[in-house]
Amino acid sequence: PANMKLILIFSALIGASLCLETFVGHQVLRIKTKNEEEVKQLQLLESLEHLELDFWINPSAPALPVDVRIPAVSVQSVKAFLESQGIEYSILIEDLQDVLDKEKEDMAESAQRQRSGSFDFGAYHTLDDINNELDHLASEYSFVEKIQIGESYEKRPLYVLKFSTGGFNRRPAIWLDAGIHSREWVTQASALWIANKIASDYGTDASITSLLDKMDLFLLPVANPDGFVYTHTSNRMWRKTRSKIPGSICVGVDPNRNWDAGFGGPGASNKPCSDSYHGPSANSEVEVKSVVDFIKNHGNFKAFLTLHSYSQLLMYPYGYKCTRPDDYAELESLGRAAASSIRSLYGTTFQVGTICKTIYQASGGSIDWSYDNGIKYSFAFELRDTGRYGFLLPANQIIPAAKETWLGLMKIMEHVRDKSS
Amino acid sequence: SLAMELPPSHFSAGRAAAVAVGYLRYLRGGPGRGLELRALRRARRQDIDDVGHKYYLELELEDVLDKDRTVNCTAEVLYHLGSNSTAPDVQVTVQGELRSTEEADKEFYNRIRSLEKELVAENIPDSHGNVPPELEPIHLLAWAASGYVIWHNSTENTKFHLAQVQHVKQVKRSDEDLQFDYVLLLHEMVSQEVIPWELTLLWHPQHGARVSRD
Repeated sequence: PANMKLILIFSALIGASLCLETFVGHQVLRIKTKNEEEVKQLQLLESLEHLELDFWINPSAPALPVDVRIPAVSVQSVKAFLESQGIEYSILIEDLQDVLDKEKEDMAESAQRQRSGSFDFGAYHTLDDINNELDHLASEYSFVEKIQIGESYEKRPLYVLKFSTGGFNRRPAIWLDAGIHSREWVTQASALWIANKIASDYGTDASITSLLDKMDLFLLPVANPDGFVYTHTSNRMWRKTRSKIPGSICVGVDPNRNWDAGFGGPGASNKPCSDSYHGPSANSEVEVKSVVDFIKNHGNFKAFLTLHSYSQLLMYPYGYKCTRPDDYAELESLGRAAASSIRSLYGTTFQVGTICKTIYQASGGSIDWSYDNGIKYSFAFELRDTGRYGFLLPANQIIPAAKETWLGLMKIMEHVRDKSS
Repeated sequence: SLAMELPPSHFSAGRAAAVAVGYLRYLRGGPGRGLELRALRRARRQDIDDVGHKYYLELELEDVLDKDRTVNCTAEVLYHLGSNSTAPDVQVTVQGELRSTEEADKEFYNRIRSLEKELVAENIPDSHGNVPPELEPIHLLAWAASGYVIWHNSTENTKFHLAQVQHVKQVKRSDEDLQFDYVLLLHEMVSQEVIPWELTLLWHPQHGARVSRD
């Protein structure tokens, strides 16, 4: 009879009780009772104190769920008991310690955020908030300076952070930009994290210190501010600039088809309404011209790195033609090393190759221009993910994306540093 | 002619893989199952005279609701020559079993059937990538619906992803099916366009997903 079965199973359970100090392996089950009989069985279970079951919701009536935390050693036997009685349950928490560890981590990160001012690097921000943070970094660190290299079509300033520890003017320099395509929000967000990382770790991180002791770094976190504001106010999927196009009702030019590198060739559209419209002429977009002028006037850039999303790719020239660049071997090898570094953190895989082979033929792109203008180390990153969220990457992935990307960038920058001395 | 090996990182292999995954999402996706490409292991391409280009793929997939394990499959994608209006022929063979979604499907079905007011939602995920947990099944059904569109509209020169569910409205029916009228935003990687697409999806735990109006 049922009672005999119960006694046999209970004696097995008695043998499984133990005293535990952590919650490793503890599970929380939600039990759905169908009738009074089942409720009574759970109340019987509750009375077995040596099992140290911790009822979060006690058994009382058939209609109400029963939540119970079960110490690791008893999990299997309690489940066996429930199954033998035909009592339905589901697993609310697989391992309570995991949940507690995560919570502790979140709290530590939150405390860290409180300490570093109030800018949350793990969230998406408006342009105004980003610009305020740039001011904050520039005021907090003597070797960080905010400079304006031009204005957008709608007259918004184009702000670049200059990281320079001194030396003579025109030290060999590295260029890094993000957000040229405004909907790729993880890039502007990652650029902010990277800016803070460089600023706060100079002096303590050996790699960053040796890099900035030899070279300057220029970071443009929001290369397309008009588009960025538009993604906040009107259309989250906006990619282009916001320039008016003579003769068209459509607005905007694809800023990464507007550079003077195979301009107007395959892989760019001549239709103003297209999302890959190359514009009326090369450098027609002030956002592009400002960068071109700045880099040409400086004259000593050794690397040009640009962040996009999504697809998880690490690419080097060319896009406008499908032939290999002269430095193919070195760029491929460096790209693979950087992808390896990226993967070492969370296992995120980036494909490496020329733009033309990896994604598509595309003319008028920025790294083709920089490469053809003597900046050998020209790379374009496509960050997370591979399509699950695409442009709408959840904010809780910003910092992991920034951290892994940083490792890839450092790999490249260390190589550039070594080759530039 | 013989099939030639392609590096899996080559864009043409990735585009064919996206078609195969879209097709499989339509066939096997549902409110409790979201299939994603974990890795493309191998790709070969064969040019068949007067017919088209055929891709042979070895894929590793994962269910976003069960990320600890992966499922291997093989797929064949045949893009028809010259015609941009015929859907590619796709065959997919899944090795092993996909995780059962019977319980989740039943729960979702009952929950939606018992709603007093028809479900309406928009912007899934939102601008910040958030999906409220109770809308995740609606999101996964949108994936299944987008799979149909992607399969039917892909060519060797396109690569589609579901960018966002712009709008979804449940329509109560007198028969057993659930009906959702979707406006999906599809991102086409080559042209970089984000294209709105309206369709009606029917779903039932035993009969799966069907696009009834596109």
